[in-house]
Amino acid sequence: MSALLSLSNIWVEYGDKIVIENVDLDIEEGAFVSIVGPSGAGKSSLLRIILGQEIPTRGTILLDGQRLGGECGPDRGVVFQRYSVFPHISALRNTMFGLECEQAPLSARLFGTAHKAAKAMAMEMLDAVGLADSMHLYPAQMSGGMQQRLAIAQALIKRPRILLLDEPFGALDPGIRADMHALITRLWNDYALTIIMVTHDIREAFKLGTRVLALDKRRHDPDAPHRFGATAVYDLALRNRKDRAAGEELVAASLTPKIDANPNTKESIGHG
Amino acid sequence: MRWVNRHVRRREAVLIGAVPILLLVLLYLFLAAQRHAINPLDKILPLPGGMAEGMANLLFNTDQLTGKIIFWADTFASLQRLGIGLGIATLFTLLIGLVLGVLPPMRATFGPLVTVIAVIPPIALLPILFIALGLGETAKVALIVIGIAPVMIRDITAYVSGLPREQIIKAQTLGASSWQIMIRVALPQAMPRLLHAMRLALGPAWVFLISAEAIASDIGLGYRIFLVRRYLSMDVIIPYVAWIALLAIAMDAVLVLISKRMFPWAHGAGH
Repeated sequence: MSALLSLSNIWVEYGDKIVIENVDLDIEEGAFVSIVGPSGAGKSSLLRIILGQEIPTRGTILLDGQRLGGECGPDRGVVFQRYSVFPHISALRNTMFGLECEQAPLSARLFGTAHKAAKAMAMEMLDAVGLADSMHLYPAQMSGGMQQRLAIAQALIKRPRILLLDEPFGALDPGIRADMHALITRLWNDYALTIIMVTHDIREAFKLGTRVLALDKRRHDPDAPHRFGATAVYDLALRNRKDRAAGEELVAASLTPKIDANPNTKESIGHG
Repeated sequence: MRWVNRHVRRREAVLIGAVPILLLVLLYLFLAAQRHAINPLDKILPLPGGMAEGMANLLFNTDQLTGKIIFWADTFASLQRLGIGLGIATLFTLLIGLVLGVLPPMRATFGPLVTVIAVIPPIALLPILFIALGLGETAKVALIVIGIAPVMIRDITAYVSGLPREQIIKAQTLGASSWQIMIRVALPQAMPRLLHAMRLALGPAWVFLISAEAIASDIGLGYRIFLVRRYLSMDVIIPYVAWIALLAIAMDAVLVLISKRMFPWAHGAGH
């Protein structure tokens, strides 16, 4: 099977600060890739590059063999940790947004049968994420978990080739987070999704992913920490429970001590 | 108990809020009565009876020249100027604020221009407006627009460009174009803020209205106040000022009501 998404020789630099150096990555269709790493290791930068929000300094990205332009598009859906839904419209209208933009370039609103069809699709999608009873609520009336469910429904209605998740469950309570893990796994199976998820929770990464990518700096210059960027230090395929347990132990052991040694790190890697 | 923790219930708040206002009215009445005790013909601090007499002439007698009741004609003329000025300024704000807020190249091009216009004291432009537009209604409305629009535009531009980046990105991943982001994401979220900006602009708008009317007009609340000043007619000036205050409060209340009715999502979750 050829790769759905293919990154080659990706570098990200801000001025003379190198964030990511030399990342090569091929992602198969149907994969659930978790990206972990300490803060500042460029996890989110990598996600923003795949999303099209940022352009890499060097390197190419191919999606379905096509070179990606430096813009976001409907082929790549996204769920952020926060602010992923529009606060001024109901859950239903939030979910219909993608369909309305596609079918009505000028008004971005649908009427008559087109409206009915879009509404039916949106209701089905909301039902799939467990929000069938909340479709008339505004996001501010929903809990954090419900808002993330809505953000997922909103993205999935466009049937993106890849779904990108940026710390999607980081702000949720542990119990809610477990529910969300079950939900995303079910949706990944039901809709045959390809998912790339950035997380700082190593246990979450290994629980959900079929492949875990650990980003970290391979080299470190104590006098000029910005001179070396992060790259993929581990790229583990997880076929069974044994792989998961072994991988989690390996990554946790190799990444965690460095985090603790760095007093400037605000966010920590843990089993939160 | 610390004062920062003392919360006042709604009904009590109305009561204690009325106390300073009542005290001020009482102080006025006391001073006015004192002056009238010394000089029954005092014009500086008229008693309520004197104000009623002064206003009766403007309220119940028609003007010989125009055949209109002066008080209502003044009110109508001023509100018309204010309404048109505020309306045009709001329309400009919405259009320019959205374009500048959503599109970074437009913001880079025209942002500095808006800032430059905003720092010019509008009253300093009044002579230019009178020369260019004549002494009629246009110059007065133009003063209000120039006076309040730049500040409103800057506020809305800053608000729109400060919308979470995640929302704009998310909209693009849902296939939205710049135009669709403008009308479906930025515009509706800017509306409550626009009403808020209108409320804040009402104060300056009144200042520019009264200024323009004081300098060149033949009708209007501001014109009347400055006209009767020549005769020391405090019995007309004070009721007119109170009327202006009442109108301003009513407009503010209407704008709040509109915002709460039309954009409940912007006023907390409990709706």
